[in-house]
Amino acid sequence: MSLPKDLLLSMYERMALIRAFEEACVQLYMEKEIRGSFHPCVGQEATAVGACFAINPDDYLTCTYRGHGACIAKGIDVNAAMAEMLGRRTGVSKGKGGSMHWADPSIGLLGENAIVAAGVPIAAGAALSAQLDRNGRVALTIFGDGAINQGAFHEALNMAQLWKLPLILLCENNLYAEMTPLAKSNPLEQVADRAKGYNMRAVVVDGNDVCAVYDAVREAARLARAGEGPTFIEARTYRLLGHMIGDSESYRTKEEVAAWRERDPIKRLRAHLAQAEGVTDAEFDAIHARVQQQIADAVKFARESPYPDPEEAYTDFWV
Amino acid sequence: MRELTYTQALREALTEEMERDPNIILMGEDIGAYGGVFRVTEGLLARFGPERVRDTPISEAGFIGMGVGLAMTGKRPVPELMFMDFALVAADSIWNQAAKMRAMSGGRVKVPMVIRAQQGGGRGNGAQHSQSFEALFTHIPGFKVVLPATPADAKGLLKSALRDENPVMFIEHKLLYNTKGPVPDGEYTIPLGVADVKREGQDLTIVSYSRQLLFALEAAEALQREHGISAEVIDLRCTAPMDIETIVKSLRKTHRLLITHESHASCGVGAEIAMRVMETAFDELDAPIMRVAGLDVPIPVAKTLEDVVLPQPDAIVRGALKLMKE
Repeated sequence: MSLPKDLLLSMYERMALIRAFEEACVQLYMEKEIRGSFHPCVGQEATAVGACFAINPDDYLTCTYRGHGACIAKGIDVNAAMAEMLGRRTGVSKGKGGSMHWADPSIGLLGENAIVAAGVPIAAGAALSAQLDRNGRVALTIFGDGAINQGAFHEALNMAQLWKLPLILLCENNLYAEMTPLAKSNPLEQVADRAKGYNMRAVVVDGNDVCAVYDAVREAARLARAGEGPTFIEARTYRLLGHMIGDSESYRTKEEVAAWRERDPIKRLRAHLAQAEGVTDAEFDAIHARVQQQIADAVKFARESPYPDPEEAYTDFWV
Repeated sequence: MRELTYTQALREALTEEMERDPNIILMGEDIGAYGGVFRVTEGLLARFGPERVRDTPISEAGFIGMGVGLAMTGKRPVPELMFMDFALVAADSIWNQAAKMRAMSGGRVKVPMVIRAQQGGGRGNGAQHSQSFEALFTHIPGFKVVLPATPADAKGLLKSALRDENPVMFIEHKLLYNTKGPVPDGEYTIPLGVADVKREGQDLTIVSYSRQLLFALEAAEALQREHGISAEVIDLRCTAPMDIETIVKSLRKTHRLLITHESHASCGVGAEIAMRVMETAFDELDAPIMRVAGLDVPIPVAKTLEDVVLPQPDAIVRGALKLMKE
């Protein structure tokens, strides 16, 4: 971990913000203030933050229904995000998208997506757009290990490599495609081997090491901007909660989850910052107090926001 | 007025709009170097270069999904489905992505993409190369759905589609490409969602679109010539938005409605037209609405069978005669 202390601290704070956001949502979901689907990304914060901090604000991003971390890392307004969770008209998608459909073109966010792998071709299209405009932008698409078995994923990888698109394909390998273990859904020794069939550069990183993710994505972005085409990054991580709220998690053992809790990316970065950079407990307490206040404010904002009017069922659809 | 084929009219619309708007990007299978299997894009690669006329792998889900990304980032992609049947390969990109992106984002993004496709039977191409999907596109909200029947309409409607800010499904018919018709010189567009009275009449109203419109006109000629029946023929031109007003206006004169399309009858556009007419103009009807549509079976190859499954002009005549007796 050789990144500047300031960067590390801001990445730490963003990871803590994502964790606090998701934990607040779990609570609000249990209390039935959030309806519909919610797929928490607790445990995967280093991948989201490392990746999104390594690209520019005007670079493009697509992610998945487990994409809150990536969206918050890219800079989505947390108040609007929380209001969206609560289905309010002040939400990022005016209450029409919910947990799985945050989008904000002002930060390059072309959307989470509720269909596995669907964000990959969309990001490839954004990368083609950037290539045609020669504007130096890259597109980052974040998806899970479940996505690597979908047709759209393969079609997009093929065209991305064929046309040397400035695309970064980041697989958050959390070992389970919904409830199915990786080894039961494909025959590869490692996810990154998928890229071999497309003659695509691939790297494997520890997805719970924010610096490793940051370095890999930064290098991929550099190559993409230099016309060297796409890079496939397999980031090995773990979701510490179930696929969705109410998941029985019968497919994995408590011991396995406990072992991954020891590798919690936030704990790890904290230990490093304390040890190598001399960050004190008081400084960490201050960060967490700020984050908790920000989330409390977001929940307050969301709760005080109005629901959409019934007439809005017809608006925001046709241009 | 000069005459062009439907293919020439489409190519002229693409050329003019690509000259006008550098963001228009064509992409699809064999559209560039080969010129398109129906020749619509012939010569466009040489004129606009490989960045704007892009040959793709056979990956409909992938390149239409990329179209969504292009459209969301300021381009106007025009992906082409070589055969409409391949829309089902790309169903997620079309219906879960393109059709919903704007609504799901609360209006924060837009997807100005025109998917061009040719559909329809009559050529013995069989069940996987002859289908008509306008009802699917009309059923799931999110696309404007355009089905020109004449060269002049093909040009004017395609130009409007290419300027629209919404996803548009632009549906051509494989047996219309070589048809000829007058096309005005110079710049013109035809608004989307406005039907056109292609033949005036007094006794009944026939509503159709795409190639079936030509069958409807042929049937109307026969009805006049052989039975002294005067049929008004309306070309719906778009199934979304659907112009019911023009149909109702005609019914105030004729009071009898026959709808004909080659796509399957069940849950088809005809059923929707009939229901909307019932909802808005039931009192104008002097007889039950008649539907002459494709049979609800996969489309066979043998001509003797295909001509039964896809309604021919004589089927429209028979339907009209029955309707006039009601």
